Amino acid sequence: MKHNLISNWQTEAGKEKDVILSSRIRLARNLKKYKFPNKSTESEKNELIGNLKSKLNFLINDGFDFYLMKDLDEIERLVLHEEHLISSAHTKSSATKALFLNNEKHISIMINEEDHLRIQILSAGLEFNEIWNQINQLDNQLDQKIEYSFSDKWGYLTSCPTNVGTALRASVMCHLPALVLSGRIDNILGAVGKFGLTVRGIAGEGSSTEAELFQISNQITLGFSENEIIDKLESVIQQIITEERKSREYLLRNSYQKLKDNVLRSLGILKYAYQLEEAEALKYLSRIKFGQDTNLIEEKLDQDLFRKLLFKIKDAHLQYNFDDQLEQRKLNIKRAEIIKSILNEE
Amino acid sequence: MLCERCEENEASVHLTRIINGQKEEIHLCEECARKSSQLNSDDTDLSFQSLLSGILNHKFSNKESSFLSNNGSQKLVCPNCGMSYYEFTEKGLFGCEECFDIFEQKLDDLFKRIHGNIRHNGKYPLSFQQKLEVESEISELKEEMETAVEKENFEKAAEIRDKIHAIKSDMEEDNNEA
Repeated sequence: MKHNLISNWQTEAGKEKDVILSSRIRLARNLKKYKFPNKSTESEKNELIGNLKSKLNFLINDGFDFYLMKDLDEIERLVLHEEHLISSAHTKSSATKALFLNNEKHISIMINEEDHLRIQILSAGLEFNEIWNQINQLDNQLDQKIEYSFSDKWGYLTSCPTNVGTALRASVMCHLPALVLSGRIDNILGAVGKFGLTVRGIAGEGSSTEAELFQISNQITLGFSENEIIDKLESVIQQIITEERKSREYLLRNSYQKLKDNVLRSLGILKYAYQLEEAEALKYLSRIKFGQDTNLIEEKLDQDLFRKLLFKIKDAHLQYNFDDQLEQRKLNIKRAEIIKSILNEE
Repeated sequence: MLCERCEENEASVHLTRIINGQKEEIHLCEECARKSSQLNSDDTDLSFQSLLSGILNHKFSNKESSFLSNNGSQKLVCPNCGMSYYEFTEKGLFGCEECFDIFEQKLDDLFKRIHGNIRHNGKYPLSFQQKLEVESEISELKEEMETAVEKENFEKAAEIRDKIHAIKSDMEEDNNEA
């Protein structure tokens, strides 16, 4: 029997939705007295899972489900990864890993990832303050049931020195087509690095920038308060949003015909292609989102098309929704069918 | 344990390498280890061999090497999880909370390089907050007590002293329960 793992938080449009797809905050936490996962034995890891399952039992009443990763099949684990609910590492070595996942599927607590606990909350749009309040509250609830590894000098103690301190990583997924098309992206992203932030292209392997999707996150976790880290990240992101919008206006003024042609050709491909690879589909969907956000597409399309399809067209999602055994060629056909069916809905 | 190469002599050189989390161990006798360090031109794995060679050269020439000594930090080993400082620098991960105490001397430099900062400035766990609150209450009471002594109000000072004792013994009880 399949577990119900598909979220719908990302189909909602959030704040600054023309540029920001989603926001995420995660906290790394370890328990006192237990060795970190990279040094603990299988039985120590399983003891920790048992301990956390019983001590954090209140989460079940708060609308969370508990999963041993080994009880999920491979496709299900990959679906969770595609949903950004677990890391790639958490899809592997599943014998000693576990997960709390809330019913709305935007809050997850990974057990025995690089740290004992990786707590994270996702939200559509730019929503750091709201997510921080939520995750801070959840962290305090956990704190009442278990004793965290903590030092007054170095804060929350984590496996990796890059997480020590607040152990907080905040990130946004943003869509920056105009900065890419105008060639300004390298400059902007280079500047971002100077503020102690990291940028990486996301989406399909090797095709990261084709869909013009980027993840921006804080690098520094020690020496600043959680609010300072979030405020700094948000202020840089606000500037990137402004620059992206400026570039969109500039491109519309100076290369209107070329852009419109490009966007409509992308729409044509998605409407008529018989088979589409994941990266290819993402690239054209990204172009269509750009066309919708800049009113280059006159045709009436679902305004949340991109958000609705972003996860649905990924390989593991297709296999999960249709057939576990689908081979790549058939996946590509199925992907094209789904996109066509949504484009022809209205 | 016998040498993995000649399978005759007792292995006395043990090497571990970790690449992308994959651990690999090699056990050789001194003779084979010395040979293998000279034979590395046939081997595609130059870096590991040259590392091996580096170690052996230092070992056999009996010189203090930067690799082995480095102020003794390479010999630091966490007694709780078995993580050595060398393994920590290779893996880039602490093995447990005690590693932080064992490698303490090295950490300010490391954190300075990574974060540009060396002290936590964020939230505290609840247990820690309570501890801080109690500590600040005690220091306030101590001030009050000193003022009372200055004013020769010894009765009040004794009262405050008893209060401090009570708080402290409460705290110890809590610690013992934990």
